[in-house]
Amino acid sequence: MGFFTDTSVCIGCKACEVACKEWNHVPEDGLSLTGMSYDNSVGLGASTWRHVAFIEQPVAPPGPLATPTGAAQPGPGGAEAMSFRWLMESDVCKHCTEAGCLDVCPTGALFRTEFNSVVVQNDICNGCGYCVPACPFGVIGRREEPDHDAAVGLAQKCTLCYDRLRDDLEPACAKACPTESIQFGELAQLRSRARDRVATLQQAGVAGARLYGADPHDGVGGTGAMFLLLDEPEVYGLPPDPQVPTRRLGRLWRQAGLAAGTMAAAAAVAFLGGGRS
Amino acid sequence: MTGTMDRVRSAVGAGRSWGRTVTDGSSSGNGHRSGDGAPAQTRRRRRGGGEQPMVPDAEFTSYYGRPVVRPSPWTADIPAYLFLGGLAGGSSLLAAGADLTGLAGLRRATRATALAALGGGTYALVHDLGRPSRMHHMLRVAKPTSPMSVGSWLLAAYGPLAGAAAASELAPAVLGEGRAAAVLRLGRAAGLGAAGFAPAVASYTGVLLGDTATPTWAEAGPYLPWLFVSGAAAAAGGAALVTAPRGQSAPARRLGLAGAVGELVATEVVKRRAGLAGEPMGQGRAGRYARGARWCTVAGAGLGLSVGGRSRLGAAAAGALLAAGSWCSRFAVFHGGQQSAADPRYTVVPQRERLRPGT
Repeated sequence: MGFFTDTSVCIGCKACEVACKEWNHVPEDGLSLTGMSYDNSVGLGASTWRHVAFIEQPVAPPGPLATPTGAAQPGPGGAEAMSFRWLMESDVCKHCTEAGCLDVCPTGALFRTEFNSVVVQNDICNGCGYCVPACPFGVIGRREEPDHDAAVGLAQKCTLCYDRLRDDLEPACAKACPTESIQFGELAQLRSRARDRVATLQQAGVAGARLYGADPHDGVGGTGAMFLLLDEPEVYGLPPDPQVPTRRLGRLWRQAGLAAGTMAAAAAVAFLGGGRS
Repeated sequence: MTGTMDRVRSAVGAGRSWGRTVTDGSSSGNGHRSGDGAPAQTRRRRRGGGEQPMVPDAEFTSYYGRPVVRPSPWTADIPAYLFLGGLAGGSSLLAAGADLTGLAGLRRATRATALAALGGGTYALVHDLGRPSRMHHMLRVAKPTSPMSVGSWLLAAYGPLAGAAAASELAPAVLGEGRAAAVLRLGRAAGLGAAGFAPAVASYTGVLLGDTATPTWAEAGPYLPWLFVSGAAAAAGGAALVTAPRGQSAPARRLGLAGAVGELVATEVVKRRAGLAGEPMGQGRAGRYARGARWCTVAGAGLGLSVGGRSRLGAAAAGALLAAGSWCSRFAVFHGGQQSAADPRYTVVPQRERLRPGT
């Protein structure tokens, strides 16, 4: 099971962020104003499991999906018409088929559920933090505050509403989404729906429409949360070619073995000349 | 849209020097650019001040300059452990060699060092946990896909053996010379066992850092075990030069010097092979540690070669410098990785390069 997030119909209402926090008792993630458009939750993290990105993008000439303001903006060379478009995207844990966080977790706190989602067990995690740099999407974080929170010191991220799924309910964010930008369902079904939607958009002249995370042959074996984007992934803060670190592990261990052997040999050689120099 | 790929002129490749770069002040580059026109607010790095640019300017887009991957939540505990774990491993190797070649003074000193470093390193590891009281959860499962799990089990095997070897040194004082022989034989067995695990203890940490999405660690990954065992040899040799009796310290000096050379070479290889992701190692905090590491290691090796064999004080100074170089090098690698994760450039540009048609 997983998500298909169609950003072309996202209206940036943040109902998903709120519903996620409400259902999962995720504490507040900072109450400061960033100046980054309407985005004050900044990015996914230990206390932000859904995050709505806002990109105000100049477009010339106006694209089919652009929202012309009609307002003339004075430019440096005098008054010139400027139009821009909004890109909004509700980001979430990708629940990778090959999940870096899950692979490197030394305690077994992270596990794969019967819904193929990746979930942290709060009573097992000891807060080693290894999953944090192992995630190629920068999703999982270690919760550092507020002090009274029961999960401080533990790795935290989207659970795909594991508790709701077990009761045959869809995740809170998908439930709350008023435009069906966030769709929940079987991955195969979502993939075909996503492909249809991209084809429709491209036919309508939206050349930038593309799928992200829908390819089972990508660097993480496909994700359980795919996206329809209208621009390059990095514009939304997504990695253009994510790769699970674990795929390099065999090569790394071989080098470590060779290095260890060399060190032992060097130590042996150091004693050949005796104790006095 | 394809224009973006062309606009990403990146710097992944070999043979670039680090140097220092001057980065522009517009660190909050927005991820905005026009659909197909000129890059509107695409972040462009300028380098100036007459310094040699190490890599060509790379243009890339990001979401308000926010990181794509997340830096580890680790504190100075972790680079400190990288150093102490290596110091312990190297010292156990020296202790085993000293035991087998009858250098009792060197053996006592290095066994004590190994135990102290192991204790300090274990403290650092536990202290860095979000929930230190759950440290034993590390031994809840054995997971080959997790280098930290492998490392935990390695330490669980190595630690008691290194501890027993060090403890056996107390036997002559406690039991008297006569009855201590049996204990010392057990100490030898424990010490040889510890030495068996020691090289793995010194090298697995390179795999641990390499197995992440942190750009610098990931790119330097295959070379990190070499850098870390070299640093371990330099630190252990250096520490033994400080603590061991002068007449027995020659093996420590040799191992320390070999480690110093290895460390300098491995650092150079990382610089050359990590491409763009090697850049953060020369910048900011990481750069200061890297320069400190180089200075200490070169000075320690030079001093060790010139006067180390003759003067007790010279040997101790050389040893301290070698250990300090290893310490600084671990911190340089740590902060280099943290800095590379904090800047989306090091994640986005190499990935774009990978996706470019024909590569």
